[in-house]
Amino acid sequence: MIPAPAFLANPERFMAFSRWAAPMFAAIAIALALAGLWLGFTAPDDYQQGATVKIMFIHVPAAWMSMFVYVCMGVASFLALVFRHALADAAAQAAAPLGAAFTALALVTGSLWGRPMWGAWWVWDARLTSVLVLFLFYLAYMALRASLDDEAKAARAGAILALVGLVNLPVVHWSVTWWNTLHQGASVFRKGGSTLAPVFLTPLLLMGLAYMAGFGALWLVRIRGEVWRRRAEAAALRAARA
Amino acid sequence: MADLFTGKYAAFIGPAYAITAATLAAMIWTSLAYSRRWRKRTEALNAAQRTGQETEA
Repeated sequence: MIPAPAFLANPERFMAFSRWAAPMFAAIAIALALAGLWLGFTAPDDYQQGATVKIMFIHVPAAWMSMFVYVCMGVASFLALVFRHALADAAAQAAAPLGAAFTALALVTGSLWGRPMWGAWWVWDARLTSVLVLFLFYLAYMALRASLDDEAKAARAGAILALVGLVNLPVVHWSVTWWNTLHQGASVFRKGGSTLAPVFLTPLLLMGLAYMAGFGALWLVRIRGEVWRRRAEAAALRAARA
Repeated sequence: MADLFTGKYAAFIGPAYAITAATLAAMIWTSLAYSRRWRKRTEALNAAQRTGQETEA
């Protein structure tokens, strides 16, 4: 049996796989999001936070994805740096704008949740600041890649920057444990199980899976775009030499 | 559910969902447009190359 990453490392196989996998992930994302939104909107208000608890169903999955996408980008960057694999580099490059968008969503929806609950749109506490640093890593990665014309140099520099940025992920995750923060501590993935009531936990997990499936679909579409772009540039180069 | 977008916190919940929907829509649109643009470009370049080779032959 061929391991999945090796199977997908071949661009032709990847293009054939992603052609049907991207729409499939998109359909799964839509189905999960509809179920999650329905259960989320019909869930009762929280006894402390009132109706603002509804923001949790879009804020928390965006925050999860901001870190998950960075892990994907880091792993792809590692594979591109060590094995010089073009498809891994395309995967890292394709993940960056999606990760930046999820991180921006986490910051903005968090701000809209924080204002009525904390009385402030923004506070420089460890969680918020480390997520802002994560967002800046995404922007720096995209800016660095865009600033270098040489594709190989851009890939190498981007991969190193992405790997450096991985250091920030444990800080984001454990910031609420290591420091006193206004942001609440972990309530889903924690020792001893979730502290959320099932009426909130179920739609939250459904939305989390919907975001993940949606990312899967968009990531595949963007990697396909990267493969096409590189093929177009190779074809343009061949035409110029002819 | 009824007071979700009209209640005390509607000014925060409504924009949060609207911004999320707009951002996700933009992510979908830009991803599809990017992929489609480069696919068409590649196909056009390959077609032009084939035509050039046939003319030479």
